[in-house]
Amino acid sequence: MNEQLTTAERRKERIDRGIKVRTEGIYAVSSWQEVTYLVLPRLILIAGLLLLPLVIPSLYWKRVVSIAGIYALLALGFDFLAHFVGLVSLGGAFFIGVGGYTAAILDKSLGLSPALTIPMAAVGGAFICTLLLFPALPLRGVYFAIVTLMYPLALMRIIEALNIFGGTDGILGVSSFPNRWIEQYCIIFTVIFALFGLRRLVNEDIGLVFRGVKDNDQAVRASGLSITLYKAIAVFIASGLGSLGGAYLSHIYMWSGISQFALDFSVIPIAATVIGGGGTLVGPVLGCFFLVPISEWLREFGTLRIVFYSVILMAFIMFRSEGVMVYAQRKYHQFERWVKV
Amino acid sequence: MSGNDILQVIDVSKAFGGIQALLNVSFTVQQGEVFGIIGPNGSGKTTLINCITGFIKMNSGKVLYKGKEISNRAPNQIANLGVTRTFQIMRPYYSLPAYKNLVIPLFSPRARRTGGWRGGGKLGNRETVSIDILEEIGFERDSFVPYKLASTLPTGYLKRLELARCLALRPDVILCDEVFSGLSMSEIASMVPLIERLQMDGITLIMVEHRLRELFRVASRVMVLNFGQKLTEGIPEEVMQDERVKEAYLGPEKASDYI
Repeated sequence: MNEQLTTAERRKERIDRGIKVRTEGIYAVSSWQEVTYLVLPRLILIAGLLLLPLVIPSLYWKRVVSIAGIYALLALGFDFLAHFVGLVSLGGAFFIGVGGYTAAILDKSLGLSPALTIPMAAVGGAFICTLLLFPALPLRGVYFAIVTLMYPLALMRIIEALNIFGGTDGILGVSSFPNRWIEQYCIIFTVIFALFGLRRLVNEDIGLVFRGVKDNDQAVRASGLSITLYKAIAVFIASGLGSLGGAYLSHIYMWSGISQFALDFSVIPIAATVIGGGGTLVGPVLGCFFLVPISEWLREFGTLRIVFYSVILMAFIMFRSEGVMVYAQRKYHQFERWVKV
Repeated sequence: MSGNDILQVIDVSKAFGGIQALLNVSFTVQQGEVFGIIGPNGSGKTTLINCITGFIKMNSGKVLYKGKEISNRAPNQIANLGVTRTFQIMRPYYSLPAYKNLVIPLFSPRARRTGGWRGGGKLGNRETVSIDILEEIGFERDSFVPYKLASTLPTGYLKRLELARCLALRPDVILCDEVFSGLSMSEIASMVPLIERLQMDGITLIMVEHRLRELFRVASRVMVLNFGQKLTEGIPEEVMQDERVKEAYLGPEKASDYI
C-alpha cells in the first residue's frame, strides 16, 4: 500500500510483539501459547545440542563436535568478559593451556580419573589464570587484550626453553574417557550448564555489579565496591570455563603439549562472537558450532581454506555485523511496519 | 576540636605537575551541618572532593573521619565507612534501568551489613529497596520513570539518581559536587527541600556549588576557595561581604574604576 511513497515520506517502525510484552511479567504461565513462546527457543537449542552426538555418524565429525564445544566454552567466557564486564580478553589459549597442563599433570602424577581431574583443573586453572592476570586487571580495552595475548606466547616459550612438563613433546599418555558417549555428553552438558548459568548470573545482583563495572567503573567505586575484586571474580569464571575446556582437550587427545597455547583458541572464539552476536551469550555458542565445522569442512580445499574462511567472516562482518542472534532475537520479539511520516 | 566534628581536613595539598590545585586547605565539618564550598572556576573544589573521597591521591595532608584517618584510602573503602559522593558529571549506569542502578550500591559491604545478603533484610529484596529509595528522592513509584533506562532520563532525574546512589549506602556524610548545576529553576526548587530533609535525617552534607542563592538557603557555613587556597570561612552573609571574595569572583577591577 505504501509502494508509491518515498523514503522521505515513510519510515520503518519496530514494535514489540504483544506476546513478548505479556511474557515479561509473571503472567507468562497463563496460557500455553505464552509458555511455548518462552520455552520453545531454549528447548530447540537444548534438544539440538543433545541430539548432535546421536545424529552424527562418523567418528571424525563427532570429534569436531567435541572441539566445537571447547571453543563454545571459550566463546562464552569471551562474550561474558567483553560485553558484561568490559574486559576484552585474548586469553583463550592461555586458559586452555593452563587447564590442559593442570589436568595432564594431575592425571600423570596422582593417577586421578578424568571425573576428578577435569573439575580440579577447572578450579585450579582458574586460580592460576586469575593470579597471573591480577596485575593486568586495572587495564581496560585493548591494553588488557594485549597482556592476555602475551601470556600464552610467553608460557609456550618458557616450557620450550626450560624443557619442563615434557618440553616440546608435551605430556603423553594422559588417560582417556571410559567411552565416547561419556566423552561427548560431558562437553555438551557443560556447554548447556555454562550457557544457562551465565545467562542467569548476568541478571542476578552480582551480574548487575559486573555490568556496572563495564558501564562506569568510577561509579562502582563510589558505590563502595572494589572493581579489582569483581574483575577478578569475572576473570575467574571465564578462565574456569576455558581451563575446563583445556582439561577436556587433554583427556580426549590423551596428550597435553605446547600447541594447546595456539592462538586459534584466542581468535576463533572472537570470530564466533562476531558471527553469533555479542552480548547474547547464546550467539557465540552457536557461532562456534557453525565456524568450527566449517573450518574442518574447508580442509578439502587445502591452503585455500583460509581464503574461504576469511570470505565467510568478512561477509558476516559487512552484512550482519550485529550478529545472527541479535538479528534473530529482534525478528522473534518485534515486528516491523511502514508508517507515514 | 569539639567532639561533634565528623570530618576534619588538615592541610591538604595536591599538585598536577606544575599546577598547584590545592595548597594547605584545612576545614572542619560538624555532625549534621550543611557545609558549602564555593569558589570561581578552577579553584580546586572538585579536586578537594576527589582527595577527600580517595579518587585522587593527595600529596600531603590528612583527612580524619570521626577522628580516624582515612587519607589516601581506596574510594570504595571510604564509601563503605559512610563518606559518599556525587559526581558533577553524572555517572549512572546508562545501560541499566534507574532502579537497577541502585542494586549495585545496595550490593556493597556497607549496605549488606544492614540489609543482609538478599539486600533489604526484612524490607524485601534489593529491587524493592531501590524503588523505595527512588521514591524518597523524587521518582514517582507508579510512573514509568524508575523503570526506564538511565540513558533515557533527563538531567534532573540523573542528579537525583546520583544522590540516590549515596543514600543506598546509608551514608553519614554526602559530598555533593554541584547537584544544582544544569537544572532549571523549578527543578532546583524541588531539590532544595530534598537537601533539607537529608539534613533532618542527620546526614552531614558538604556541597560544592555555583548556585549561591540556593546554597545559602541550606548551608550554615561556607568556605571560599581561590586558586587552590582557602580564602575565608564563615556564615554565608559575612563571607559574601568579604572584599577578597568579591575580588575572586568579580576580578580585581572595582566597578567604580569604569565610572
